[in-house]
Amino acid sequence: MINPTKLELTPEEIKAQKPYLAWSMTDSEYELACTMLGRLPNYTETGLFAVMWSEHCSYKNSKPVLKQFHTTGQQVLQGPGEGAGIVEIGDGQAVVFKAESHNHPSAVEPYEGAATGVGGIIRDIFSMGAQPIAVLDSLRFGELDNPRTKYLMSQVVKGIADYGNCIGLPTVGGETSFDATYEGNPLVNAMCVGILDQKDMQVGQAKGSDNSIIYVGAKTGRDGIHGATFASEEFSDDTESDRSAVQVGDPFMEKLLMDACVEVVRHHKEALVGIQDMGAAGLVSSSAEMASKAGTGMVLNLDLVPVRESGMTPYEMMLSESQERMLLCVNQGYEQEILDVFDRFGLDAVKIGHVTTDKAYRLYHQGALVCDVPVDDLVSNAPVYHRPKQVPARLVAPEPTQFQPDVTDLAKTFYQLLAQPTIASKASIYGTYDTQVRTNTVVKPGSDAAVLRIRGTKKALAMDMDGNARYIYLDPKVGGAIAVAEAARNLVAAGAKPLAMTDCLNYGNPEKPEHFYELETSAQGMTEACKMLDTPVISGNVSLYNETNGQAIYPTPVVGMVGLIKDTKDIQTLAFKAAGDLVYLVGQTTAGFNGSEIQKLQTGKISGALFDFDLQAEADNQAVMLQAIQAGLTQGVHDISKGGLLTALAESSFQNQGHLGASIDWDLDPAWLFSESQSRFLVTVKPAQAGDFEALLGTNAQLLGKVVAAPTLTIHTGNATEIIDLNQAKAIWEDAIPCLMK
Amino acid sequence: MRFAVIVFPGSNCDEDMYHAVVDQLGASAQLLPHTATSLAGFDGVLIPGGFSYGDYLRCGAIARFSPIMPAIIDFANQGGLVLGVCNGFQVLTEAGLLPGALHENTSLEFICKDTQLKITNPNTRFTSAYTTDTITLPIAHGEGNYYCDPDTLAQMQANGQIVFTYTDNPNGSVADIAGITNANGNVLGMMPHPERAVEALLGLTDGLGLFESMAQATKTAL
Repeated sequence: MINPTKLELTPEEIKAQKPYLAWSMTDSEYELACTMLGRLPNYTETGLFAVMWSEHCSYKNSKPVLKQFHTTGQQVLQGPGEGAGIVEIGDGQAVVFKAESHNHPSAVEPYEGAATGVGGIIRDIFSMGAQPIAVLDSLRFGELDNPRTKYLMSQVVKGIADYGNCIGLPTVGGETSFDATYEGNPLVNAMCVGILDQKDMQVGQAKGSDNSIIYVGAKTGRDGIHGATFASEEFSDDTESDRSAVQVGDPFMEKLLMDACVEVVRHHKEALVGIQDMGAAGLVSSSAEMASKAGTGMVLNLDLVPVRESGMTPYEMMLSESQERMLLCVNQGYEQEILDVFDRFGLDAVKIGHVTTDKAYRLYHQGALVCDVPVDDLVSNAPVYHRPKQVPARLVAPEPTQFQPDVTDLAKTFYQLLAQPTIASKASIYGTYDTQVRTNTVVKPGSDAAVLRIRGTKKALAMDMDGNARYIYLDPKVGGAIAVAEAARNLVAAGAKPLAMTDCLNYGNPEKPEHFYELETSAQGMTEACKMLDTPVISGNVSLYNETNGQAIYPTPVVGMVGLIKDTKDIQTLAFKAAGDLVYLVGQTTAGFNGSEIQKLQTGKISGALFDFDLQAEADNQAVMLQAIQAGLTQGVHDISKGGLLTALAESSFQNQGHLGASIDWDLDPAWLFSESQSRFLVTVKPAQAGDFEALLGTNAQLLGKVVAAPTLTIHTGNATEIIDLNQAKAIWEDAIPCLMK
Repeated sequence: MRFAVIVFPGSNCDEDMYHAVVDQLGASAQLLPHTATSLAGFDGVLIPGGFSYGDYLRCGAIARFSPIMPAIIDFANQGGLVLGVCNGFQVLTEAGLLPGALHENTSLEFICKDTQLKITNPNTRFTSAYTTDTITLPIAHGEGNYYCDPDTLAQMQANGQIVFTYTDNPNGSVADIAGITNANGNVLGMMPHPERAVEALLGLTDGLGLFESMAQATKTAL
C-alpha cells in the first residue's frame, strides 16, 4: 500500500495553498508556527498547530478572562488546569467535578453530540482517579414551535439518557430552558461528579525519562477529526457538511474503560505516573499536554496506535476524536502489570511511546519522523489574544423602569405561566434517565438540587447546574453574580454548604467586541459572587462562537456547583410535608420583572434594565437558612427563582400528588407574586418550632400562611381572594412539554 | 446465606445488589465474574441489571453464551434459587430458564420511576416473607415489555408462576406481568429493582421482603 503521507501537501505547497485557513488557523498564526520552528511545518505539524491553537484547546481568547476567576480556598485540593477540580470533604475523601459543553456537535448531530458530551466529561472525572457517581446536564433550546427544535431536544435527551443509563451512572439533575436565541445553537452542557480518597488523586502528567506511554480503550478511527476546530467556529447555513466532525459514542466501551482505570488508580499506584482522557483534539492534545505540564518531551510511534481502518495518515490519527480512549504514563518496568488489567476487561492497551527529557514532541510513522516540534510551542506557547471590547448597544441606556405585569385575572395568568416550557415540569425529560443506579440518590430530579449520600458515612453531596442567561443578557455583571448565587442558593435549600463550582462559558464570537464585553463582564460578576459565597471555580470550559448566520446566543454562563451535607438528617426537599405547617417567605420581594418569565410571557421578549441584586443580602440569607436547616427548624425549603413566589408555592404542592396546598396572605401588589427578585426562600416550619425559627431569622422571615390539606392555593390579597386549583395547575404544568413535543 | 452476584461486562447494578444483601440483609455475597465456571459454595444466584455486553444484538442475547451460564443453568436445574432483575430477567429468558421475552416498552422510551406491584403469588420462595399484597418498587428499563404466547400465559397462570403484576402497566407487558418464576418456582425474573428499595434513606424498603424470603427458603431447604 502506498504511504498515505505521500499524498499530502508539501511544506511549500502548504505555504502557497494555505489549507490551514480551513482549519481556522490564521495567516499570522501560521507564520508564528514557522518562526517557532525556524522552518516550514509539514502537513501533520500544521494540523497539530491548528488544532492545539484552537480556542477549544488553547483558550487563546478566553485566557485573560479566566485568569480573573477566584480559584482558591482552603477546601480546594486541585484547581483549574487538570482534567477536573478536586475539593476536600473530610475523612480523607474528596469530591471531583467538572462541567463541559458539547454545543457544536449537538447542533449538527444531536444524539451523538449529547452522548459523547456525557462520555467525555465522565472520562475527565475518572482520569483524576475518582469513581464517577452522578451526571447532570444543563440544556438550552429554541422555542418548541418548530420541528427542528423538537428533533434536537428529543435526540439530545435520548443521547444523554442512553449514555448515562448504559454506563450505569445516575443522571440526577440539571435544568432545561427555552429561548428563541438558541434555535440555531442549542446548548448541551454536561457535568460529572466523582468521589475519591485523597490518597488516590491523579494528575495528567508524563514525568520520568523513558517511562512508557500507553494507549488504552477504543481504536482510533476517522471520526471527529478537527472537532475542536469545528467547536471554535460560527455556524452558517452550510454547517450540515461538518457532520463528520462529530464523534460516535459507545457507553459499553466506556463502562469497561472506567472500571479498568479506577482499578489501575486504586490498585496499581506504583505503576501509574499520570493518566489523561483523549478528549478534544484526541491523541495530540492528551499527549502534548501531559508532556508540557510535566516539563518533558515525548516520542510516539504511530504504527502502534490501534486503528479502526487502514491507511490512516499521522494527521488523521493525531486529530481523530474517536471516543472512549485514555492515555497513561506508566513507570518503566511496570507496563505488563497495567496491560494485564486492561486485558482482563477485554480492552486494547498498547505501549505507543515513551517520555523524553528534551521537551520535543516527535512522531514516527512507517519509519519516518513526521513531526518534530517543541512540545511547549503546541501547548503553553499558543498565542493569547486580548480582544477589544465594547458595550453592546442594548446596554448603553436600557429602559430603567421595571415591566409591570398585567394580573387582572391572577389564576389565568398563572396557568399560562405554568404552560411555558421553561417553567413547566421536566418529568418527561428526566423520566427517561436512570436516576437511581448505584443506589445513592436521596433526592431525585425535580427538587432544587439533587442529593446523593456517600455510602459508609453520614455525609451527602448536593449538586446542581444553573444559569439564567436572560438576566445576563440584560446585565452581564449582575446576571453573572446571580448565576453563581442561585446555584449556591439551590444547594443551601437542599441543606448543603456550597463548596466550589465549575462552569461552562457559552458565548458568541469573542472576536466581536460586544461579545467579548459580555464574556469579560459576566466573569467579573461571577467572580464577585464566588468570593462572597466562598465558592471558588475549580474547573470548567469555554464554548465560544455560538452563532448562526452572525446571530449570537444570549451570553450563557452555566454554573455547576457541589455542596456538602454533613449529616443526612439535614437533607431538605421543596415538598410541603404536612397540613398545618407554617409557610414563610425568607428575603425581600421587590419588583423584579425585567428578564422575568412573566415579562417574556406577556411581551414576547425580555428587555429593560435588570432588577437590583444585593450580594451581601444573598450571602446573609444563605448563611442563616443553612443555620436554620442544621438546627432542624425547617420541614421544607425551596429556592424562589423563575416564575416567582407563586410558581414556588405550586411546585412545593405538586410534589405530593397535589394533596397539600397552601393558604397565604399577600399584602403587596399581586403582580409581585411573579417577581423574580433574588435571594429568597420559601420555607415550611412546624408550628411548634415557629418561635425558634422566627427568633433566628428575625425580620427577614415573613409568615405568609400555612399548608392546607386541599388541592388549592388560596391567596388573600388586600381586597380579594384568589384561588388556584392545583389539580388543574398540575395538569397544565405536567402536560405542557409533552403537548408541545407532539 | 451466601449469594453469588454475577458480573457480566456491562452489568451496572451488581454493586447495588451486593450492598442490598450484605449491608441490609446481613447475608454474605461475592461478585462473581462472567468468566467463572463454578457456583460451588453458593446458596443463591443474583443476576443484576445493566447492559451486559452492551446489550448489543438483543438484551441478554450475548450474556447467555458467557462462561458462567452453564453453571447457572445447572444450579437452577438442581433447584437452586436464581433471581434475575431487569437485564438479569432478560438474560434468564434468553437462556431458556424462563419462558417468554422482553420487548421494547410501548412508549419506545426508557422509563425510570416507582411502580406499584401486586404480589399475585405470595407463596413462592421469593415472596413468602411479605405481609402485604401490594408493594412499591422502582423500574428503570427500555425493554421491559414482557411477552409470551397465550398457551404459555395460561400455563403460567395455572401454575402460579406469575408472581408480580403492575397495578398501572408502564411498559405494555402481557397481563401486566412484572415478574415470573419457572414451573419449579426456584428461578425468578422481574423487571422492577428490589435492590434499589432496601433503605428508608433512599425512599423505599419494599425490596427487602424479597431477599428475606430467599434467605428463609434457603434455611428451610437446609
